[in-house]
Amino acid sequence: MTHNSRELLKLDGLSVEYRIRGGYLSAVKNVSMDIGRGEIFAIVGESGCGKSTIAHSIMRLLPDKNERISGGIYFEGENLGAYSDNQMTAVRGKRIGMIFQNPLDSLNPVYRSGTQVAEAIFLDKKDRAIVWKEVIDLYREMKMPDPDQRVRSFPHELSGGMRQRVMIAMMLARNPKLLIADEPTTALDVTVEAQILEIMSRLRADFNTSILLITHNFGIVAEIADRVAVMYAGELAEQGSVFDIFQSPSHPYTELLMKALPHQSKRAGRLQTIEGSVPRITSTSPGCRFYNRCPIASGHCENHDPPVRRLGDSHSYACHNR
Amino acid sequence: MMGAEDMGVCETGTGPMIEVSGLKKYFSLYGGFWGAVRKVRAVDGVSLAIDRGGTVGLVGESGSGKTTLARTILKLTKPTEGAIRIDGVDITKATAAQETKMRSEVAVVFQDPASNLNPRQTVESSIIRPMIIHGVKKSDARAKAREVMSMIKMDEHYLRSYPHQLSGGQLQRIAIARALVLAPKVIILDEPTSALDISVQAQVLNMLLDLQESMGLTYMIITHDLNVIRYFSDTVAVMYLGKLVEYGLTEDVVGNPRHPYTRGLMGASPILDPTHRGRVKDLMPGEPGSLINLPKGCRFFPRCDKASARCESLEPHDVAVGPSHTVGCFLYDGKKAGDKG
Amino acid sequence: MNETPFMEFLISARRNANFLVGAFIIASVVFVAVLAPVLAPYGYDEPHKADRLQPPSAKYPFGTDDFGRDMLSKVIYGARITLQIALIGTFIQMFLGVTIGMLSGYFGGLVDKVLMYIADLAWCIPGIILALAVVTLLGKGLNNSIIAISLVNWTQFARIVRAKTMAIKNQAFIETGIAFGEKAPTIMLRYIFPNIVPALIVMISLQLPSTVISTTALSFLGLGSQPPSPDWGLALSNGMKYVSRGQWLSIFPGIALVYTVFGFNLLGEGVRDLIDPRMKSH
Repeated sequence: MTHNSRELLKLDGLSVEYRIRGGYLSAVKNVSMDIGRGEIFAIVGESGCGKSTIAHSIMRLLPDKNERISGGIYFEGENLGAYSDNQMTAVRGKRIGMIFQNPLDSLNPVYRSGTQVAEAIFLDKKDRAIVWKEVIDLYREMKMPDPDQRVRSFPHELSGGMRQRVMIAMMLARNPKLLIADEPTTALDVTVEAQILEIMSRLRADFNTSILLITHNFGIVAEIADRVAVMYAGELAEQGSVFDIFQSPSHPYTELLMKALPHQSKRAGRLQTIEGSVPRITSTSPGCRFYNRCPIASGHCENHDPPVRRLGDSHSYACHNR
Repeated sequence: MMGAEDMGVCETGTGPMIEVSGLKKYFSLYGGFWGAVRKVRAVDGVSLAIDRGGTVGLVGESGSGKTTLARTILKLTKPTEGAIRIDGVDITKATAAQETKMRSEVAVVFQDPASNLNPRQTVESSIIRPMIIHGVKKSDARAKAREVMSMIKMDEHYLRSYPHQLSGGQLQRIAIARALVLAPKVIILDEPTSALDISVQAQVLNMLLDLQESMGLTYMIITHDLNVIRYFSDTVAVMYLGKLVEYGLTEDVVGNPRHPYTRGLMGASPILDPTHRGRVKDLMPGEPGSLINLPKGCRFFPRCDKASARCESLEPHDVAVGPSHTVGCFLYDGKKAGDKG
Repeated sequence: MNETPFMEFLISARRNANFLVGAFIIASVVFVAVLAPVLAPYGYDEPHKADRLQPPSAKYPFGTDDFGRDMLSKVIYGARITLQIALIGTFIQMFLGVTIGMLSGYFGGLVDKVLMYIADLAWCIPGIILALAVVTLLGKGLNNSIIAISLVNWTQFARIVRAKTMAIKNQAFIETGIAFGEKAPTIMLRYIFPNIVPALIVMISLQLPSTVISTTALSFLGLGSQPPSPDWGLALSNGMKYVSRGQWLSIFPGIALVYTVFGFNLLGEGVRDLIDPRMKSH
């Protein structure tokens, strides 16, 4: 595998299948993408498109052993697929951090929030007083109100936004190269969401941390992502810079989605809808998965994988008829 | 406040569809070592009017009282003070007969598709139930159920399904179908599309707009998504900690927000256009305020960057800043001299 | 496929060993109880004066007791009593528990406080003491001992039903129902009750064995069934007197009791396994 120093994470033909009663369910099919250093990369798509599965396979956090993974996951040029479970434990947190939609599930309810952040630092063994001061500094960095008091708060005493700040502080304490954020602001008010997004942009600016943002919210993508991958039913429909995706969407799915977003008033016309529903895919048989809902589909699309077409340096999409 | 000055007798069929005046809802909070009772002022003096066939959008952070306001209009909870007139009838003083009528005129669709329908009943039982309550014959009710299914563009065979066999979008459309069976005048939509995907959201919003046109429905929509509000509603009411801080036509409130809180909210809302990301954002510091230990003066005072001394001790009045645009902020108090004391 | 929840239950039940074995055991007990007059060689209270305290033999496979009554027939007829205890006792508990738990959970506030205070009180009194009180008041007998045990055990139903009711009460379909004009009794019976049925089935099947054991214990102590009832508890108590001379007097009713309770336990575990995951996914 060739490795250039700009790229931090590379997915090479990643496929994930889950075992279900009487076969396999293809959750992710042949996805390739790369995330550069200091880049905010968003994977966006509707529920069931496989975006969370990708994040979890990178961290090797898939629910159980009932899945089949193929393809390569390369982090800083190393194949994570070849790592033992112990080696992966060392990668998690230290080199790749992850935050989730509901931070309350990720925090231990019986320890003070500051203690949990301190533990993340303690793993590197330092003096106790210095560590505590570092935690308060981190809280300040996270724009936590009253950081000196908040380090002593238990998770349930914090608001949703504060908990997410604690989670980011905890991740930041280990100074990971990559932060995976799985729907990090979905449970928060827009005002708090904006604050968290600002912290994430600053993280990238100050520490050159790459962020892999998993979201269904196109507004957030437009707000902070550099590059975007649009997923549909486990397949990568289109990827490119955020401007490529929003201004010149090329895959019919992306194009329809952009018109389905409520940009203006109802007086300017009804929203575009996408008829039909996502098929349940039980095999990796070829064919475009958007076939049954696509306005420009032809007979060829049903049984042949769409070719990946390149439009520029990083803009590409998979379609037969465009 | 718009329409609220006309609080006299209101003939059925004219005037606003919903008229809320001076509405207050206080909860008692028991707690503390001595069991001290504290009042939580969830809704504190809200007045607004919704025109027939119009759509008002309620926005605000969690704890702003928007859901409590909707629940009092649905008569799911009793207001502490104030009047709610639906089609001219004050539902806080309604007789039993008037209440039954009101129950058939005001329907609701909640956010969570999974809990909107009784999981142990078929779709058909859920849809015909409101009609059975209001004395419709079962055979007529079943015919109506098939009719509303076609209105929401779903096949009749789904009537035999159970909720867990359907997708979120299908469930939400069925919840809307159920809301329609009694031919209501008003539908309260509490975050109707927040749990849905973009393409399904578009389907549901379009469907709601089509139904509004064909049936002359009046909507009150609660949502935190300003893009949905901008698309969907005619007027916007912005709430903060139980008070209406700004109210007006959508294009005025969204296009030219006046209250510092509305500005903060607009600034924080994600845009759908990456070319706008350089815009100056009035990001509000701090968390959504708490209804416990409210500040003495303006409730937004602790988070407001334009606050002056009187904001700390006095509560601002509503000030008209346009023909149908009011703001509850001292910043605009001086501009229309004599309007307020 | 539009499978009804009950069909789904049957499909997964076929693969659940606990459920299958438990169901087989209980079915066999029910079979014996129903066909007791056919299966029993003698009447359960028919004394054979010449054959007192006979060990098991071809004529009396389980031996005879101190009055010369056939133990096999007593054990067979005893199954009727045990099933009666299980069904009636559990039903009373469920009825009390569901009524009180739903009222408590639905109305909350003062109603909840008062009802839960009563539940706490009932739970505090040891079963045997309460049974003594009931028996003193109403007189000895099987029915009174069933009532006594139910007056203690209903609180478990009440607590779980209350918690379920409170969780379901806040769901959107309840509020929607109220907004359409449903009245409180209808909300409880039509909307809430069907949604606690799965939990109720699990609770019933877990409560059956303990009801049998507690009530049988009262009979053993002489507070429940009175002679010449074929109650297994009574038979065990009688067998105690002859534990050195006639072990068969206690062994066979004992085995029957263990067999039945074991069957109820397996059935309960099986039902819980089958229903619980479904409750989570809904």
